[in-house]
Amino acid sequence: MLPGLTRDEILRYSRHLLIPEVGLAGQRKLKGSSALIIGTGGLGSPVALYLAAAGIGRIGLVDYDVVDSTNLQRQIIHGTERIGVLKVESARDRMLDVNPDIEVEIYNEPFTSENAMRIAQNYDILIDGTDNFPTRYLTNDVCVFLGKPNVYGSIFRFDGQASVFYAKEGPCYRCLFPEPPPPGLVPSCAEGGVLGVLPGTIGTIQATEAIKVLLGIGSPLTGKLLLYNALDMSFDFVKLKKNPKCRVCGLDADIKELIDYEEFCGVPGFDHDEGSAGADWDITAPELSERMKNNHLKLLDVREPHELQISTLPDVVNIPLGTLAARLSELDSAEEMVLVCKSGTRSARALELLVTAGFKKVKNLKGGINAWAQEVDQSLPIY
Amino acid sequence: MTTLKIPTPLRQYTDGQAEVAVSGPNVAAAMRNLVEQFPALEKHLYNGDGEMRAFVNLFLGENNTRDLQGLETPLNEGDTLRIIPSIAGG
Repeated sequence: MLPGLTRDEILRYSRHLLIPEVGLAGQRKLKGSSALIIGTGGLGSPVALYLAAAGIGRIGLVDYDVVDSTNLQRQIIHGTERIGVLKVESARDRMLDVNPDIEVEIYNEPFTSENAMRIAQNYDILIDGTDNFPTRYLTNDVCVFLGKPNVYGSIFRFDGQASVFYAKEGPCYRCLFPEPPPPGLVPSCAEGGVLGVLPGTIGTIQATEAIKVLLGIGSPLTGKLLLYNALDMSFDFVKLKKNPKCRVCGLDADIKELIDYEEFCGVPGFDHDEGSAGADWDITAPELSERMKNNHLKLLDVREPHELQISTLPDVVNIPLGTLAARLSELDSAEEMVLVCKSGTRSARALELLVTAGFKKVKNLKGGINAWAQEVDQSLPIY
Repeated sequence: MTTLKIPTPLRQYTDGQAEVAVSGPNVAAAMRNLVEQFPALEKHLYNGDGEMRAFVNLFLGENNTRDLQGLETPLNEGDTLRIIPSIAGG
């Protein structure tokens, strides 16, 4: 039995009620439906705002982070005065301001193998707005096991992807991506950056797809992957088929329950931005500062050249990580060297590469130049 | 020649190029030709045994080559092959 609409709701949703594909019956369907949004960041922001505005009766939000100022360039559900506030609370307050007639349920916790089935089972549809591979595989597997659609969106720099993974009717995320890329190959947005409006475009497409699936109208992106590039303003589509060998939804699926996704992906289940190469290889910013007073150390900055315009240490040699393997001959393995990047993640990878190539006198600046700007030289900006 | 579209995360290994012209009668040969041109890509696309890594998705036009003849899928002059990357940002 679908819930009815009040007089106020009929007025509020009048532009929906005028569309024959939605109408009164469709709007009541939306009011009677529920959606779980994983992540209230770049993608989650427009998804949450539009689903709230559209009158989805019950919306769940999963996130455990707090709003910080680097979020505000793209996470439009949050505002400057909410810096330091839990993201789920900040998002809920904004959604209820947009539409006080809906229910917003918040889960201030990471989405993990322990809680995911319990949380997700109470919703009709899941929307994947996470920022990391482990949570994406987890969200997919939860949807396959519970038989729910997974409205997928993902972004990097100027590129976006969107699809509806629904194992009952088509392929799942693992049919397309059976395995995650090796750790470090694909930079996260915290490392590689993202155009602020990009998650707006992709998140809005996810919200559109969620509403279509809940209403049962149109042709959702099931069995199709949208590839968007903001620089070219190109929207390409490719066909996705169910993979008969898929380990969760294939004919002989051998994954029957949730696994350890951080182990599977080799990276943590959050967009990590705190790099360390391990205690033996790290040097902290204050330690480096002391060492530089006494003796000469070569500083190798492995960031992209444009990042050095934001902040830099004196007398660095700049070889971006991507070109380091091809430029080893420019370095002297007998010389003491400290590797630098933004936060210590890329330099830790560079260190691994150099150690493998036989370098022994190398150290990683833990926390990168941002740690230096925090702990040694406050005149440098943090980014 | 086949046009191979390189996704953003891999362009750091192709001197920033978004498209690379590759040659070869099938997908396997074209991909080998790519890593000959850009050796830094090899360890990312192939495992230690020289096999293509499972996360590498190659699409010929709008079809996944896995749904065609895999790495043996023949290529014709003017075809566009594209690597579809795993990205995780949100």
